[in-house]
Amino acid sequence: MAQILKGETGDWEIVIGMEVHAQITANSKLFSGASTDFGGAPNTHVSLVDAAMPGMLPVLNEMCVEQAVRTGLGLNAQINLHSEFERKNYFYPDLPQGYQISQYLHPIVGKGEIEIDLPDGSVKKIGITRLHLEQDAGKSIHDQHPTKSYVDLNRSGCALMEIVSEPDIRDADEACAYLAKLRMILRYLGTCDGNMEEGSMRADVNVSVRRPGAALGTRCEIKNVNSLKAVQMAIDYEARRQIEIIEGNGAIVQETRLWDPAKGETRSMRSKEDAHDYRYFPDPDLLPLELKHDWVGQIKETLPELPDQKKHRFMLSYGLSAYDSSVLIAEKVRADYYETVAQGCDAKLAANWVINELLGILNKDGKAITESPIGAANLGQLIARISDSTISGKIAKDVFAEMYATGQTADSIIEGKGLKQVTDTGAIEKIVDEVIAENPDNVAAYKSGKDKLFGFFVGQVMKKSQGKANPDMVNDLLKKKL
Amino acid sequence: MDKATVKKVATLARLAITEAEQEKFATQLGGILKWVEMMGEVNTDNVEPLANVVNIDLKLRPDIVNDGDIRDAVLANAPEALEGFFVVPKVVE
Repeated sequence: MAQILKGETGDWEIVIGMEVHAQITANSKLFSGASTDFGGAPNTHVSLVDAAMPGMLPVLNEMCVEQAVRTGLGLNAQINLHSEFERKNYFYPDLPQGYQISQYLHPIVGKGEIEIDLPDGSVKKIGITRLHLEQDAGKSIHDQHPTKSYVDLNRSGCALMEIVSEPDIRDADEACAYLAKLRMILRYLGTCDGNMEEGSMRADVNVSVRRPGAALGTRCEIKNVNSLKAVQMAIDYEARRQIEIIEGNGAIVQETRLWDPAKGETRSMRSKEDAHDYRYFPDPDLLPLELKHDWVGQIKETLPELPDQKKHRFMLSYGLSAYDSSVLIAEKVRADYYETVAQGCDAKLAANWVINELLGILNKDGKAITESPIGAANLGQLIARISDSTISGKIAKDVFAEMYATGQTADSIIEGKGLKQVTDTGAIEKIVDEVIAENPDNVAAYKSGKDKLFGFFVGQVMKKSQGKANPDMVNDLLKKKL
Repeated sequence: MDKATVKKVATLARLAITEAEQEKFATQLGGILKWVEMMGEVNTDNVEPLANVVNIDLKLRPDIVNDGDIRDAVLANAPEALEGFFVVPKVVE
């Protein structure tokens, strides 16, 4: 449900569109052979092309083209077989060319659509306007010197995909869900690592407000929104700011604003008078990019199963709830882990164990599932031992803790510690008899109608068997004997 | 082409020009644009824009790291550098 904001003079609706810059996973840059590795010493991953030395010519990286097409297909979007590179002109010290090579009138990917999952469990479609290829800029550091800025061009020339959404997003929750789903799709496709902290995925948010159902209001573009939390806070702040201005009989000025996470506010970055006039024109160093239909078809055939497809398959073939499925598919490695676990045991039980036990403890220890001390097949073995009554669910939790601590297999721990469930009627009967003999008072009380004491007897038997007696058999035998 | 347009283009290109130069360039640029406008006389209906005259495809390169690690060369012409960085007058938007 889209959120409605109450103003002084009535209801307001927020309209949001997102521009996401995603760094393409590739070894080398969009137009040069320098490395894209993050964290190198300053200006070491820079070729003379990236430094814009006179006479250097850009040569397009075919892997980056393939990744953009792959992403377009993953966004259910139209692939444009003809696209063009243009120069976007502006001056900034971390942009040595004085222009960014980008795509403008003819992007490589056109209209598409993705589904987002909202907190209330519903699903909404968000339109994709376009995806285009462009160069990243370098990095300026402003806080090392009172009057100087330091520039590192390592990131200059890395390939970015700018992914623009339609203004279909209606509140901060939807914006976060969109960003989360987009990140998931990119990671499944292997076209961007989605690491927001390292800046390989960055979002600009366009926000405007209007009376519900009215025509679109004037929007402001908010930059520097680099985490899900920042998206949430920036949208809430900006919508309130705009409503206050309009209700005070003011008008919204179309402008670029900067999100300041320290102050929790947006502020104007550039006034309208110096709004950028980018003077786009086709880059004379690059011919138009022509793709072959068959080549696009080949990439389509190598697409992995995408998050939504996987979610629906988990619900159908494993009988899992929508919620459990969406938790399991959030990361591809997690989904793969789950499927390996579920191969050897009950699928629903496997989902419970992976979500509640494994993810619980990994989360607590700040570990990724790839760092789990318990291998997937091993966890499957443990769950199979519950299903085949070798151990009880309660003992299984102890075994799980032991597996997590030592990395040993379930069977070797069950064997080594003698945890195998006792299902021998004679053995259980013997313990039951002992417990009855040791507690004559309670037996009498139970027989005179204190039914609640049954639990006491079960507890005593389980204790004497060190938790190994089969609980169902204990119940049956006690009922018979008392 | 008027003086105001010349001034705006000069600002965008970060060129400092005087009042007198604005006048001079307005006349010169106006002449150049007028000359180029002659192209408008040719009927180009149903003609695709031509990107090159020899009909070649855009050449692509494989995704291989074969460049970089030339920091000294990259910084050689910098008016100021420190610890591997370019150093420029402070810029904060």
